[in-house]
Amino acid sequence: MHGLDFRLRAMVGGVFALLIVASIIGHILKLRTKSDKGREVVQNLNARIRAWWVMAIIFFVAIAIGRIASLLLFAAVSFLALREYITLTPTQRGDHRALFWAFFVITPLQYLLIGIRWYGLFSIFIPVYAYLLVPIRNVIAGDCREFLARTSKIQWGLMVCVYFVSYAPALLSLKIQGYQGESGELLFFLVAVVQFSDVLQYVFGKCFGRHPIAPEVSPNKTVEGFVGGLSSAVLVGTLLWWITPFTPWQAANMSLIIALMGFWGGLVMSAIKRDRGVKDYGTSIPGHGGIMDRIDSLCFAAPIFFHLTRYYFT
Amino acid sequence: MIAELLAKSIRLFSGVQARWIGCRPDSTQRVYFANHTSNLDFLVLWSILPREARRTVRPVAASDYWQKGRIRFFLANFVFRGVLIERQKVTRSNNPLTALVAILKAGESLIIFPEGGRTTDPEMKPFKSGLYYLGRAMPTVDLVPVYIDNASRILPKGEFLPIPLLCSVIVGKPIRVQPAESKNAFLIRARTAVENCSRT
Repeated sequence: MHGLDFRLRAMVGGVFALLIVASIIGHILKLRTKSDKGREVVQNLNARIRAWWVMAIIFFVAIAIGRIASLLLFAAVSFLALREYITLTPTQRGDHRALFWAFFVITPLQYLLIGIRWYGLFSIFIPVYAYLLVPIRNVIAGDCREFLARTSKIQWGLMVCVYFVSYAPALLSLKIQGYQGESGELLFFLVAVVQFSDVLQYVFGKCFGRHPIAPEVSPNKTVEGFVGGLSSAVLVGTLLWWITPFTPWQAANMSLIIALMGFWGGLVMSAIKRDRGVKDYGTSIPGHGGIMDRIDSLCFAAPIFFHLTRYYFT
Repeated sequence: MIAELLAKSIRLFSGVQARWIGCRPDSTQRVYFANHTSNLDFLVLWSILPREARRTVRPVAASDYWQKGRIRFFLANFVFRGVLIERQKVTRSNNPLTALVAILKAGESLIIFPEGGRTTDPEMKPFKSGLYYLGRAMPTVDLVPVYIDNASRILPKGEFLPIPLLCSVIVGKPIRVQPAESKNAFLIRARTAVENCSRT
């Protein structure tokens, strides 16, 4: 037990030390910046840092309490993300009942299945059962206009906001030989690498960004941000090898995959925003936008990381 | 107490974002008029008003709908203190305007939906003339256009289970009936004012 406590304390200490440094830098920048445009960027930066404090504290409290608390936290995240996603998606009258199922039956059931560790069902529940339920409920409602488009939008929402996100707390149910699960290290590893990658892409992009990497989709993402962010995320992930069941080399590879999937996740979810003509999914996290804006990269990284870990290490 | 809790839970469930673009959120006497697509419309508009304003604001609702069933009756009469008006058989003796003007004279505010019922179209229906007569009877009271967005997706007409999407309420710039303005011209101007809120 002592080993686990030490790891948890080290993770909390490390993150809070970084946040203190970030807050100090943010404060210095605030005092130094004079131009109006610069002020705006710094204000947004400081709002982001403050929000990071809140998110880090909530995350650590959930991990420290245990598996059920983490599951409930991610269930809430899924619910709120789905809410933002559907609000932005032009669903019709005829989708109402299907959406009711999505919010109040499918989402809780998915997390319940993870809670009772029923891997065989939770890993296919949404891709098979919910996937079929949505068009069936919609066809009963009887509205055929744009049937395929409407149905797939709901299916997508469930996959991205609920199914993919739920893989993150599902890590807590993995039984890895010679490694004590349930203490949240793997979950921390995933979230840390994904979010470091996001943050450092932003930092490198703001400091050195010259060449947009996907100008059509996300004008703020640059080649410099991509390279700097990904390599630092891999570095951070490798240095965290000792909290995982991986060797340093394996940890580096896992981090690279996580960061790459995260990058693509962010890009794909940006494309949806762009198509709908909005900048953010919501306004619930000051400085960041909505919940979906914060977890877009996690959505894509979590299932791949889960399955790789499960396949090679259990 | 019940009202305060209810307002909080409505705000939480509907994730409502209020934007006051044309006037300040205070308890000034006003007639709020809004588009109507969902039974939630009144609730979300009511929930974003400041606490003091909620005490003196009364929704105007159709008695044929709100007199049905005990829960509806209780909510309409005791929680929201609705002004139930007859929309089917209006006679000289039950003319709803008399009651509404009396409420305004007593210093209270009103929430009305001048389309006369919930619409399922994306476009608003033409406004009924009640708003004009109210504005003329009480020329010093501000008539405030309000656009309620997305409430119909949370609870469409004909559904009874709401889904937790986010909605927003945009409160526009007050208007008044101009001295020489005709009924039609005013009603069109009022309807446009609500539409303009939706475009900001």
